[in-house]
Amino acid sequence: MNKVVLEAKEITKYFHDPVTVKILDKVSFQLEQSEFVSVIGRSGCGKSTLLYILSTMDTDYEGDLLIDGISMRDKKEGELAIVRNEKIGFVFQFHYLLNEFSVLRNVMLPGLKLGQFSEKEIEHRAYEKLKILGIENEALKDPNQLSGGQKQRVAIARALINDPLLIMGDEPTGNLDKKNSEIVFNIFQELAEEYKQTLLIVTHDNEFAARTTRIIEMEDGHIK
Amino acid sequence: MKFKLVYQVAFSLLIARWKQTLVAAIGVTISITMFVTVLSFMSGLNDMLDGLITNRTAHVRIYKEIQISDKQPADYLNPQGHNFVSSIKPKNELLGINNSKTIIESIKKDDRVLGVAPKINAQVFYNVGAVDLTGAIFGIDPVEENRLFKFSDYVTAGNYIDLKNIPNSIVLGKGVATKMMANVGDVIQITTSKGDQVALRVVGVFQSGIQDLDNVQSYCSLSTTQKILGQPSNYITDIQVKLKDILWAPEVAKEYRKIYELNAVDIQTANSQFETGSSVRTLISYAVGITLLLVAGFGIYNILNMMIYEKMDSIAILKAVGFSGKDVNKIFISIALSIGIFGGIMGLLMGFGLSSLIDQIPFNTESLPTIKTYPINYNPRFYLIGGTFAIVTTYFAGFFPSRKASGIDPVIIIRGK
Repeated sequence: MNKVVLEAKEITKYFHDPVTVKILDKVSFQLEQSEFVSVIGRSGCGKSTLLYILSTMDTDYEGDLLIDGISMRDKKEGELAIVRNEKIGFVFQFHYLLNEFSVLRNVMLPGLKLGQFSEKEIEHRAYEKLKILGIENEALKDPNQLSGGQKQRVAIARALINDPLLIMGDEPTGNLDKKNSEIVFNIFQELAEEYKQTLLIVTHDNEFAARTTRIIEMEDGHIK
Repeated sequence: MKFKLVYQVAFSLLIARWKQTLVAAIGVTISITMFVTVLSFMSGLNDMLDGLITNRTAHVRIYKEIQISDKQPADYLNPQGHNFVSSIKPKNELLGINNSKTIIESIKKDDRVLGVAPKINAQVFYNVGAVDLTGAIFGIDPVEENRLFKFSDYVTAGNYIDLKNIPNSIVLGKGVATKMMANVGDVIQITTSKGDQVALRVVGVFQSGIQDLDNVQSYCSLSTTQKILGQPSNYITDIQVKLKDILWAPEVAKEYRKIYELNAVDIQTANSQFETGSSVRTLISYAVGITLLLVAGFGIYNILNMMIYEKMDSIAILKAVGFSGKDVNKIFISIALSIGIFGGIMGLLMGFGLSSLIDQIPFNTESLPTIKTYPINYNPRFYLIGGTFAIVTTYFAGFFPSRKASGIDPVIIIRGK
């Protein structure tokens, strides 16, 4: 059995605005290393909310979250930032690149923050990641000079820069056309198979989900 | 986290929106410019007005006052009882200060004293044809008077030093000169209070800016005045003392009164109306200064606040990829501080430039012969306050919104899309 990368223990979450609604109800599951998991469900079933909690960005929940065997429950904001930086790579529906920086710089940013390598090494690693994604030629451009598919690939490269334990995606293909979705999916698959990368992807593209190794289906705040 | 990265990120964010950055910096620049300029200008004007009095007035004036004795012989005979003595008259004695040379020497040795200038007060009449104008002549030591009270600043025609070099010479008040139609080089006649007539050569014209003074007052050298009055060369009626700090005057005056058993009056008591005016003017300039800074502060705060709210997305992204709230805080405070430092330095430079410009504007007034342009006080303190203020305000203007931004979960921003 593989090492458990992430464990959710009875995670419950309420939305208070405008009325209190229970959006997640005691969600528990485990994620093992090199699993390629997709989370599916209808709109509003809480899958994005769950993902934000799992990514430590949302701290307003009940229950416990263990990443790499360590509880995230009582960690401070600064410590959570370090966990995100070191262990989690995140790909959003919208690419969320910083337009103020070049593509290369965007990819390097989490690496610079981690400070594990020298700036030169990080640049080298960033080029490597961009090469994996086939966009090394766009490295010096600004993000807004790229197409949607290319931007999303840059975002994936950024998620990979610190060799994270886990990559999370919030509908990473949601904004892409068929062809680009295919490219992004193939990249995920390649990462999972060749690099043994653990992936947790929220999607409502059932076709996409069907090709992953495990599907978590959600309904009304529960895992079905 | 390494500072280098913070500055790199901050710098990139600044450059990416350079127009907005520039507007923010210009806001800081303008307010600091105005602060420095207005305070320099107001304080320059204030100093000029203060100078009207302080430049010419002794900090402590020692003189002998003709007054009745506090204790009458009866009081010595019967110290316990109440003695009723009516119609007391002052003793007939000279107005001159006894032992004046020794007193001057001993005052000169006082560490607090910047200089001592002796003076003689003489009542005279200026003879204009058949008419006698009442007037006063001050016998002065021209060199000391110039060193301590900037005498030459007020001599608009002729040369003050001729008072010393030419015997029987006089520097006439402007009003007196006009009335007598006397120019430099002319000889005028005066009558002393004892009835003696003396001819004096006009070597200069004096304009103090205070018309009442200029209409009656003239200056002669000490020896000339003594000659006019028929007094010996140790005859002096006033000792003017200039101190290193004007604020010591009341204390020093009190001390001298005791030591020399003479009347000593300090500038604050002698010119209490000036004191009030001066402090009110200072108050006004500080009120204006503080108002300017407050308005500027809110302006800076607003601009930076806007800037940070516009960068909310960037904050969310930075947090999602692992920057902590503290890092975000540092980044935005660096942005705010760079704007503050850059804008502040520009403001100080422009403030200096603008004040120098005002300093060049001609400003001629009858009452102030030495002032040719608007006065400016280049006090480094204004620059220090302005610079410090620019940095402190921008720091807080960056601190509060960025603290708010760094505190929220990035999800709230991302989900808002």
